[in-house]
Amino acid sequence: MAFWILAPLMVVAALGLLFVRKAVHAALLLAVVMISLAVLYAVLEAPFLFAVQIIVYTGAILMLFLFVLMLIGVDASDSVVETIRGQRAMAAVAGLVLGSVLVIGLAQISLGTVVGLDEANNGGNIEALANVLFSRYVFAFEATSALLITAAIGAMVLAHRERLEPKEGQAALAARRFQDYATSGKHPGPLPAPGVYARHNAVDTPALLPDGTASEASVSRVLAARGTVRSAPAMVDDITEVQRQLGVDAASTPETSGKAGATAHTEEEAR
Amino acid sequence: MNEYVVLSSILFTIGCVGVLTRRNAIVVFMCVELMLNACNLAFVAFARQHGNLDGQIAAFFVMVVAAAEVVIGLAIIMTIFRTRRSASVDDASLLKY
Repeated sequence: MAFWILAPLMVVAALGLLFVRKAVHAALLLAVVMISLAVLYAVLEAPFLFAVQIIVYTGAILMLFLFVLMLIGVDASDSVVETIRGQRAMAAVAGLVLGSVLVIGLAQISLGTVVGLDEANNGGNIEALANVLFSRYVFAFEATSALLITAAIGAMVLAHRERLEPKEGQAALAARRFQDYATSGKHPGPLPAPGVYARHNAVDTPALLPDGTASEASVSRVLAARGTVRSAPAMVDDITEVQRQLGVDAASTPETSGKAGATAHTEEEAR
Repeated sequence: MNEYVVLSSILFTIGCVGVLTRRNAIVVFMCVELMLNACNLAFVAFARQHGNLDGQIAAFFVMVVAAAEVVIGLAIIMTIFRTRRSASVDDASLLKY
């Protein structure tokens, strides 16, 4: 029963792996396939492999995939340019041939009656697996440990990057900053924080300079490029709205309205 | 029991086509993982078919090898990305330059 629900799901998810453009979507589809496989292992009387499939594959390996995806950049989508002409069509034909050969071949044979693992799992699946693993397969097991150590050392060697120049210290950084200030007049201190003296302390609200103008350096370049920096006139609307809700007459509080007016004025000038 | 093996061969074929068509090295790797998983399903199904645990042991070893392979493969992809700023397998067609 579980098979007939999960098998179409797995095939659809695996086919999606061929067609999705973004690598993150592919990773999520692969997670669907792997969790479904884990359930199938449970159905096939392999509770140990069920747990290992979820912990090792879905937990560790897929997380490693997502980790590397995040490092490389989530937006890195697949190119659609074929470097070998007709490669996609040829691959599809090869896949169809391979799939039909396998499926037709399997349809020709009969596997006979299922023995089942009740006898082999007698006393627990994990104990039975351990008995086989540490007796008949003990050399393979030892070789696996050598493989894992080699893989760990290899990953460390590959991920290591040699530092080519000495690390820049605080004194050198400060000297360079003031050198820049002397040559190009670049401000040596930190940039102004957003929202300073403004009506709002959100990151998209530019700081107001002492003369009332908005400081462009205080908002992130990304927000400015997206055009989501809040302008002072919008803030004026907020202020009048709040004043309306509070029932305060704008004319009776000249200080507040005066400030808001000044903000709006400078923002319009800046535009 | 036949249906499990058929599903396994379908998944293997899909993984195979994915390796042949996809250009992003990480997605190619995912397709390799899909093929390994399909083999594991066949191993576990045949273990139940024959009533002994050798198939499950084989699936266990495949998982261990797959984990080691993913660690090394992703480290290689990271190294290539660091020098080429790209994870596409086409850009790494000349391994030297």
